[in-house]
Amino acid sequence: MWHAILTLVRKELQAIMGDSQTRAMMIMPVILQLLLFPFAATLEVKNSTLAIYNEDGGAASIELIQRLAAAKAFPRLIMVNSEEQLRQSIDAQQALLAVRIAADFTRRLARGEPAQVQAIIDGRRSNSAQIAFGYAQQVIRQFAEEQRPQVLPARLTVQHLYNPNLEYRWFVLPSLVALITTIGCLMVTALSLAREREEGTFEQLLVSPLTPGYIMAGKAVPGILVAVIQGSIIAAAAVWVYHVPFTGSVWLLYLSMLCYGLSLSGFGLFISALCANQQQAFLGVFGFMAPAIILSGYLAPVENMPVILRAVSAVDPVTHFIVIVKGIFLKGHGFVQVWPHLWPLLAIAAVTLGLAYTLFLFRSGQ
Amino acid sequence: MKRPGRIDPRRLLALCRKEGYQIVRDPSSILIAFVLPVVLLFIFGYGINLDTSSIRLGLLDEDGGAEARSFAAVLAGSPFIDLRVGLSRPALREELENGSIKGMVVLSSDFSAKVRQGKGEAAIQVLTDGSEPNTASFLDSYLQGLWQVWLSQRASDQGLKAPTMTSLEPRFWFNPTTVSRNFLVPGSISVIMTVIGALLTSLVVAREWERGTMEALLSTPVTRAELLLSKILPYYLLGMVAMLLCVLVATLLMGVPLRGSLWLLFIVSSLFLGSSLGLGLLLSTVTRNQFVAAQAALTAAFLPATMLSGFVFEISSMPPPVQAATYLVPARYFVSALQTLFQAGDVWPVLALNTAFLLFSAGFWLGLTALKTGRRLDRDRVA
Amino acid sequence: MNDAAAIIIRAVQYRFDGGTALHALDVDIRRSVITGLVGPDGAGKTTLMRIMAGLLKASAGQILVDGLDPVTEAAELRLRLGYMPQKFGLYEDLTVQENLDLYADLHGVLGPARASSFAHLLAFTDLARFTGRPAGKLSGGMKQKLGLACTLLGSPRVLLLDEPSVGVDPISRRELWKMVGTLADAGMTIVWSTAYLDEAERCSEVLLMNAGRLEYAGTPASLSERMQGRCLQLRNIVGSRREVLQKALRAPEVSDGVLQGESIRLVLRRADEPPQLDGLQAGPEAYLVEVRPRLEDAFVDLLGGGPGGESVLAEHMPETRVDRGVDAAAMISADALTRRFGDFVATDRISFRVRRGEIFGLLGPNGAGKSTTFKMMCGLLAPSSGTAQVMGLDLKTSASHARRQIGYMAQKFALYGNLSVAQNLSFFSGIYGLRGDIQAKQIADMVRVFELQPFLATQAGALPLGFKQRLALSCAIMHQPPLLFLDEPTSGVDPITRREFWTHINGLVEKGVTVMVTTHFMDEAEYCDRIGLIYRGRMIAAGTPDRLKQQATRAGEEEITMAEAFIRLVEQDDGQREELRA
Repeated sequence: MWHAILTLVRKELQAIMGDSQTRAMMIMPVILQLLLFPFAATLEVKNSTLAIYNEDGGAASIELIQRLAAAKAFPRLIMVNSEEQLRQSIDAQQALLAVRIAADFTRRLARGEPAQVQAIIDGRRSNSAQIAFGYAQQVIRQFAEEQRPQVLPARLTVQHLYNPNLEYRWFVLPSLVALITTIGCLMVTALSLAREREEGTFEQLLVSPLTPGYIMAGKAVPGILVAVIQGSIIAAAAVWVYHVPFTGSVWLLYLSMLCYGLSLSGFGLFISALCANQQQAFLGVFGFMAPAIILSGYLAPVENMPVILRAVSAVDPVTHFIVIVKGIFLKGHGFVQVWPHLWPLLAIAAVTLGLAYTLFLFRSGQ
Repeated sequence: MKRPGRIDPRRLLALCRKEGYQIVRDPSSILIAFVLPVVLLFIFGYGINLDTSSIRLGLLDEDGGAEARSFAAVLAGSPFIDLRVGLSRPALREELENGSIKGMVVLSSDFSAKVRQGKGEAAIQVLTDGSEPNTASFLDSYLQGLWQVWLSQRASDQGLKAPTMTSLEPRFWFNPTTVSRNFLVPGSISVIMTVIGALLTSLVVAREWERGTMEALLSTPVTRAELLLSKILPYYLLGMVAMLLCVLVATLLMGVPLRGSLWLLFIVSSLFLGSSLGLGLLLSTVTRNQFVAAQAALTAAFLPATMLSGFVFEISSMPPPVQAATYLVPARYFVSALQTLFQAGDVWPVLALNTAFLLFSAGFWLGLTALKTGRRLDRDRVA
Repeated sequence: MNDAAAIIIRAVQYRFDGGTALHALDVDIRRSVITGLVGPDGAGKTTLMRIMAGLLKASAGQILVDGLDPVTEAAELRLRLGYMPQKFGLYEDLTVQENLDLYADLHGVLGPARASSFAHLLAFTDLARFTGRPAGKLSGGMKQKLGLACTLLGSPRVLLLDEPSVGVDPISRRELWKMVGTLADAGMTIVWSTAYLDEAERCSEVLLMNAGRLEYAGTPASLSERMQGRCLQLRNIVGSRREVLQKALRAPEVSDGVLQGESIRLVLRRADEPPQLDGLQAGPEAYLVEVRPRLEDAFVDLLGGGPGGESVLAEHMPETRVDRGVDAAAMISADALTRRFGDFVATDRISFRVRRGEIFGLLGPNGAGKSTTFKMMCGLLAPSSGTAQVMGLDLKTSASHARRQIGYMAQKFALYGNLSVAQNLSFFSGIYGLRGDIQAKQIADMVRVFELQPFLATQAGALPLGFKQRLALSCAIMHQPPLLFLDEPTSGVDPITRREFWTHINGLVEKGVTVMVTTHFMDEAEYCDRIGLIYRGRMIAAGTPDRLKQQATRAGEEEITMAEAFIRLVEQDDGQREELRA
């Protein structure tokens, strides 16, 4: 009966590759997102504008401004001359952050007194503004230290493991392996079955000697294949185009991709067993995907979520796979470290596939 | 037949009523218009919390002396740090590796001694998990702050003058508590409106073609303008109701402030809805196929609205070509307008600019749809 | 210009990228009568309809509908024209009344005229009881009637109906016909396109199209008259009538022939030149009787005669083997088969048996339980009680093994439209467990038998209808099943393609294949050995086609048609029910 599954899988792949619109839908988004995401999806702050209101005008203040201007985060500076202009630059979102240097800055610094520099943060974009604030703070602190070097009782040395320069791209690309494959895999499993139902070919399958189990396997395997192929493209691009280090083992990555594909197929088949037509299946895929991605820990750490959402995140295959891929890429994880996230994927697959199978039998009137 | 034809209010009303019945009777459109927005709003509002509230940090105190203990006490006292005391370097390294802590602090066995020597040789070693750069850089800046706190505490305890620190004093405008929810919720409203506007309408015209009802409609005296308006008005209404729902949930349940005026919010939302309805209808009209139209809508409307609108990711941090692309995304203007209206109030320069762009975009997409809406089947293959 | 012409078509052409659908058409369509539009698939009927409705623009030529140009004077024309497209134009999630309201508003039917139109149309279509029901929940026949009512709302002067009776049972079809007849009598010009030639026969005028050209325009009678003396019936056949038909079709004198119950209808190439009876081996009692020509005879003749009696397929297929222990008298058997959906009993204790090598037809009005029965027999639906068995295997317990014995062909040729012909063949053979050399050989045979070679790389969805049907049939029989299930296999297909299809089926039956078929074509019902008539969930009559006809014939009547028998048997059942209630 392996032959029957092989036949089903081949048909599915022929259907994907044979139709130019479907083929485009499998490949175009991958390439588009591969080009856009690493640049667009970044929480780093670069190229932002800093507004400066210098009330002082002394040598130290000018020196500080030059230091700020040299920072890579702020290639553009706006010099403003009044409180009013400062307010406008933030209001109109011309500047992300405004720095106000008080009139006595140079004087206090010369006397060795702590000098105050005020930063005004645009709370509408509080995250980016806070990060920008961090950069500015670092510049100012370093500046102050150089002005009056002193012996401190202890120094703080920070070393970033796995990603020494905190390159955001090293974080984005491994996550993309998980995110992008989600869409392709779900489309193949959930929508194609709904399509067969609408076009009547589904009944043709049901009257054949294939059992529901085989039909489901015939849909799940192409889904997994699509996930693995798309995942390989992204992983390859990450390593060779974006130069993200790959420290783990390739076979472990593929094993994990397989398990991930299996758990996604489970969700896809479950959705398709639930839905009567393509429109519903499409909305079902969207209804699953949007929360799955938002709660995956890609946009914000899972630890920050309320307990309920953390529980949802624990049964979200995307969450587990992102951890696995990042571990294999950056942390050189082996099977022992990967396993705690691998078994949840298998468990999710077992539950969703089981549910889909039951529902499938029930719906096909058996 | 490029003339749109006159509009007969009775026919238009009849078509709108029909569309209304279809919306009300299709559970999936109700689900996507009323249930999904609320769910997404909550998930965005509570699921994405960029204000790293407390980071798990491991501490290895090999020294055990007074100096080390005082530093550990400072760490433990911080609300931003969730301190775990570790027993050995390998144990902590393992925890760091499997992600259960995000960073580790090591105070080596000679820490207290070196501090007392005062030669500046004592070192607080910090290792962070760089695989999560955002958390790592937050941790970095928290620890810098705590280190200074420790330095000044130590100085005042010993009756010395605190080392002079020149620092940057933050002051927040618009969102003083810096709750990321306050800017994420208005942003997520734009994603939701994109979904309702484009995703739902991408199906409606294609559905009429697939089910054959379009051919019957076209053979009646219905004009092009009526046909188009009958698709826009009901979904506009649906979108505005969903918008109202979002605003109510955001302000009343989630406590997000709304500082701008309601009528401006109304105008901006109307224009944005107009442009996403236009995009959805255009895809539907051109493809005449639900499957393709829906996928195209997902790629053309939903993804840009999340990625390129500046809702989560800062546009100015993107490279110039990507930044240029964001100017084509209507959601960009809507996000900016919404964030301003919710948190800053009626800031005219921002709103005027965004409104102008939205007006243009709505006109563009709706106009293109009107052009592509034909009164004949000519594009069809002969059956 | 002829004053009686409602539609004037002069040198109308329609080209599209890749071909010409209409070649310089010239014809006048008379006012106040029903004009039938017939022709094989791809003849250009729908294109012509759409051009008349102003939905397509003719590439060349001139057309006037009720004196108006459908493109430049579209707005004015739409007030006078009703068009009912082939694919259904109703909103299924709206109720009957809401659909009517919508179209009344669109056509500007207001004020007192509105109420009276509604009352009139609802009475006319007999839908008054169902005004609150969603259109999607109506039966096929009721949907068509509602579609017609919606189209009629603007009181059009010209009515265009594109295959309004496809998939509609004989009873509803007759009602539809009566309704339209009344309208024509009241002065409406009607164009009715159809694949049912018995319908076309009753039109005042008929236009016969083929490959974008007009082959005939005139009364159906004068077309049939050409066939005078060429139509015979061979009666009192002893032995297999299918073998006799095959032999008859091989005779040079015969141009076309079909089964009609126990008899065979033959069309001769020339009048008074019948084939030699001895050569047909129809038995000593057999005799030929001249019968009245039908429009279908003329239609097939005009298009060059029937497809001949040889089924290359049947020659290729081996005699079906039946495992020992399988009862040849009960290859398919239903025993008190019942299916309930909630409170509703869709089929009520239906029992029947089908012998090896028999064609068993399931007939019945739309929504009577015919499809439910059929689905249970091929394992698509589990019965609530009773058993469905094929070759002694229960479809419930040994589903996979039982299904291996079945070939199944669905209503709409459920092929993978975006896969090529070759890919479809290898897929369907593969899921039935064929592999390696055997698979390759079977596929090669099918390609040869059905002449699919030139289309191997073509997407199945883009095939001409006739080839789609061939492909669907070959996909269903590649694994050489002893049983064949056909669900309305020729719905909407023209008579010539239909004949070719049945030639193959007849050939297969000769090899011992057992066939179960559902259909709305009453001619097709006559090809069956036995028929089960299902109505309101019960089997109200069963037997050979001739027996059912006899059963419905009243004293002193000539032989009636199958369609007539169908309608009477259903009415009788209604009558019995009434009596019981009283």
